[in-house]
Amino acid sequence: MAKNPVGPPLGQGARNAWKRMATERAIAALLFLSTFLSVLITIGIVAVLLFEAITFFADVSVFEFLSGTRWTPLFSSKQFGVLALVAGTTLTAVMAMVVALPLGLLSAVYLSEYAPNGVRKVVKPILEVLAGIPTVVYGYFALLFVTPILRSISGDISVFNALSASIVMGIMILPMVSSLSEDAMRAVPRTLREGAYALGSTKLEVSTLVVVPAALSGIVSAFILAVSRAIGETMIVTIAAGQNPTFTLNPFVPIETMTAYIVQVSQGDAPAGSIEFKTIFAVALLLFVITLVMNLLSQFVVSRFREEYE
Amino acid sequence: MLDQDPILQTRGLSVYYDTKKVVTDVNLDVARNRITSIIGPSGCGKSTLLRCFNRMNDLIPSARVEGQVMFDGLDLYGHDVDPTEIRYLIGMVFQRPNPFPKSIYDNVAFGPRINGFKGDMDELVERSLVRAAIWDEVKDRLNTSALALSGGQQQRLCIARALAVEPRVILMDEPCSALDPIATLAIEELMRELSEDYSIIIVTHNMQQAARVSHYTAFLMVEEARVGFMVEFGESRQIFTNPEDERTEAYITGRFG
Repeated sequence: MAKNPVGPPLGQGARNAWKRMATERAIAALLFLSTFLSVLITIGIVAVLLFEAITFFADVSVFEFLSGTRWTPLFSSKQFGVLALVAGTTLTAVMAMVVALPLGLLSAVYLSEYAPNGVRKVVKPILEVLAGIPTVVYGYFALLFVTPILRSISGDISVFNALSASIVMGIMILPMVSSLSEDAMRAVPRTLREGAYALGSTKLEVSTLVVVPAALSGIVSAFILAVSRAIGETMIVTIAAGQNPTFTLNPFVPIETMTAYIVQVSQGDAPAGSIEFKTIFAVALLLFVITLVMNLLSQFVVSRFREEYE
Repeated sequence: MLDQDPILQTRGLSVYYDTKKVVTDVNLDVARNRITSIIGPSGCGKSTLLRCFNRMNDLIPSARVEGQVMFDGLDLYGHDVDPTEIRYLIGMVFQRPNPFPKSIYDNVAFGPRINGFKGDMDELVERSLVRAAIWDEVKDRLNTSALALSGGQQQRLCIARALAVEPRVILMDEPCSALDPIATLAIEELMRELSEDYSIIIVTHNMQQAARVSHYTAFLMVEEARVGFMVEFGESRQIFTNPEDERTEAYITGRFG
């Protein structure tokens, strides 16, 4: 038997054991409550969205909502074709990804495969600072800096346009794409790289033929999360892209995204309970469904295509 | 020491990580179409020495190599030598099987493709897999993922992958340490067959393995003052039955290491 056992001898510890168990249970209950709270809040939000959206769809048919291309709930001749807003959201999100994907992927390859340790230690935090800039700053950056430059290049570009907002949004989600992709690439085992080098690969071949394909599930899921972030992004498009719901893919004219519309109505004087007011719940529900699908897709891609390494 | 002209020779070879010396002044001759094993206790620099032969140490920024490694008269560390070209003349098989997360076929075809192979790829893939004694097990599922194979199969696939670029030397870094005894025997059998056409250097912890498969054995050691120096080199039969140095004897009889 040990000379100095830790804790009281057996038998005498019974009272302490009871105390310990009670504490453990209390802590478990506390942790459960905090987790449950956030789940509860999420359920609450979805319930409110659903409830208000259902009363909206009592007045406007789902088909009219999802197939119409004119969105004029705030005018006297009301039309509820949400595709005008969906087009604005799609246009800005797609163009933002056109900016963010190549740049993000290239910088991820650089940081993961090429950058010396010293450079990575400096560059990565700087890149991540981009993610900490308030989006309202990005919005004014788009409106007051990028737009004038674009307009000096082409006179066809309006003061409010999708292009400027998209470029800046792309810059905003760039660190997300590059950081998550880089994490995925660095998780590729070193032995795989060595295997490729041992066959006479150059660094470029190792990066493009081995590391990127091996990290593809992580890269794709980073990309999908970035798309869903772009779809939900509000401030930049509200400030820089305009408030004209237009069913167009022309990036030079003012448009309106789903998020910007919600801002517009929430700030305006649409009376609670009116049909104008209810539209924002219908739009928000659609937005929620789209980003939910994106996130599920991302999880599916990760679980389905992840390679298991030892 | 060898009865032939060696394919690889090191002269005064030392390797440093930063300022720490991990291989000290090794002069080793590697025989053509024979198996040479490098044995020694953990941390004696066996793997680092092995990685000098295909310049894999170049991938470690802090590593520095001194001395010469001659490959058929060519100084591998010469100024005009491109390490990527050396690596398809001198192939490597690693401690843990490391197939790419691609199909079996694409794993074998990887090396030839990047090296601009223009011939019949199907034929080359088949020949390499046959040579690595795994063809019969995988011929019906060449397009399935290599990661679905067992450990022993993966290691033979990695050997096939190395053979596909038609190297002249194959370096093996403890190729059986992650395998069970049966898979180990299969790899050893394969090594014997391959030694008819290739020069093989194997690093191993397993002295029975070195005694079973290799023609020549080099014994490396680590002491307080010196790390990674070669104590003795000779025919495996002699090293394992009648070593000249008492430190070799102590090691092979299990008194340390």
